[in-house]
Amino acid sequence: MEAKHEFTDQLPPEEKQYSYLNLGPTHPATHGIFQNVLKMDGEIIVEAEPTIGYIHRAFEKLAERRPFYQITPLTDRMNYCSSPINNMGWHMTVEKLLNIELPKRVQYIRIVIMELSRIADHIICNTIIGQDTGATTGFLYLFQMRERIYEIFEEICGARLTTNIGRIGGMERNIPKRAWEKIDAFMVDFPPALQEFTNLLERNRIFMDRTINCGSISAERALAYSFSGPNLRAAGVDYDVRVMTPYSSYEEFDFIIPVGTNGDTYDRFMVRQSEMWESMKIIRQALEKIKKEPAHIYKADVPEFVLPPKEEVYNNMEALIYQFKIVMGETDVPKGEVYHCVEGGNGELGFYLISDGGRTPFRLHFRRPCFIYYQAYPEMIKGSMLSDAILTMSSMNVIAGELDA
Amino acid sequence: MEGTDQEKIISALKEKFEGEILHAEMLYDFLTITLKKDQIISIIRHLYDHPDTQFQYLTTLCGIHYPDVNQIAVMYQLHSLQKNYRIRLKIYLPVESPVTPTLTTIFPAANWLERETFDFFGVIFEGHPNLKRILNVEDMIIFPLRKEYPLEDQTREDKNDTMFGR
Repeated sequence: MEAKHEFTDQLPPEEKQYSYLNLGPTHPATHGIFQNVLKMDGEIIVEAEPTIGYIHRAFEKLAERRPFYQITPLTDRMNYCSSPINNMGWHMTVEKLLNIELPKRVQYIRIVIMELSRIADHIICNTIIGQDTGATTGFLYLFQMRERIYEIFEEICGARLTTNIGRIGGMERNIPKRAWEKIDAFMVDFPPALQEFTNLLERNRIFMDRTINCGSISAERALAYSFSGPNLRAAGVDYDVRVMTPYSSYEEFDFIIPVGTNGDTYDRFMVRQSEMWESMKIIRQALEKIKKEPAHIYKADVPEFVLPPKEEVYNNMEALIYQFKIVMGETDVPKGEVYHCVEGGNGELGFYLISDGGRTPFRLHFRRPCFIYYQAYPEMIKGSMLSDAILTMSSMNVIAGELDA
Repeated sequence: MEGTDQEKIISALKEKFEGEILHAEMLYDFLTITLKKDQIISIIRHLYDHPDTQFQYLTTLCGIHYPDVNQIAVMYQLHSLQKNYRIRLKIYLPVESPVTPTLTTIFPAANWLERETFDFFGVIFEGHPNLKRILNVEDMIIFPLRKEYPLEDQTREDKNDTMFGR
């Protein structure tokens, strides 16, 4: 089946009868609040006009009234499929502003958590592609594994989806023993489950016919539209923030950047599949490295900026003073402008922070990857069938929370 | 970014736009250049084409309101994927008439980013194909990220902000 269709009827365009179709705002197949007004010629899309902003929550304005540590919960709610990456990206931004150097063990712990949440993010996206092509089985199989990841997060920070994991300067507490056990069990159980999912879809003729050449974009157009993450790599550009501007000691790890060639739905699917295997490789290396570090360190030694544990606040004068100073905004924050980016679940997630020395940011701008690449969507679905448009959207991993901030 | 890279970028800029540079400094790991507002698009075009710079990837752009000097800054962040440099360019526009040409002629990705900047700061990008509000409702009359618009309703009396307010 060809994904792009020629207009077969011979009528000149001005005599054609077009129909307009509202896809969304709340449509079960779009997995979020997206509206697209489609101009249709039969079942073929002639033009598309996306309308966004349905769940805009003014995060950039809210952030101007919140102290740094209270902005972390806001970042949770952007890309809620991989909240820990957002949380840690924000923490690293503030650490860069404050010039805090983290102990190696904390950096490795962060890498483990970030890669776990990358796997969770890719599980959602890839199984949903399967779901949209009519293969519900893979979705059910692999979502059990996503549940296991959320149980690990639960052990570490107490929350599952909107995690608020870690603190500026490290983690809020040491990783409990049960969490390590669950991570180890996950490392054993996940590869066979992913392999099973791979066997179901990767060389499945129906799936391949459905996804190859569906919603493709060339590398030039993808770069012009500032694509990033798996979508850009599927088009054949090997840009990964973890490699280009390493953070949190990613430069010490050995992994490859999978790239595609056509930038179509199948390539995006395959890039995410390979990235899950790569993430497993990274986690395995990080777990080895953590074993060599002193086991009691879970945060940097900067009491002026890191909230002390509650039991110390009640029993220790120093800790009480620091707690008070941090919460009341009495600590001196340097003035400055920082930009820090991390490889989020769906692309380069950047935080542009301007501090004027106050307890809240003067300005905070989020570089939200899917806000930037979603504008290529009308171009990608032009001339294709309506059902391909649905598939293209789910394979682009557009998250409404991040899109609308 | 190493020192030589910065010098290369600045000398590439000075080839054609010597008089346009107001200020250049390293802010953390970022080379930040403040420019005069008039030629910003030709400067970005020059950096895009120049073999020493090749800034061909637009990372982000956003507005910043500085009420003290009554100006709105527009910040462009560019990335050269070939050489792995990043750069930040800033221009300042007066609040009364924040008008600047559009970047969509070079980067299609600037389209929604400029709409967002218009939506929140009221910066008018001349030549933009579809400059209308993007995240807020279309009949909104204010530009919410400007500093004169407080986050909360100022008529409320049940909240005392003397201790926790900004």
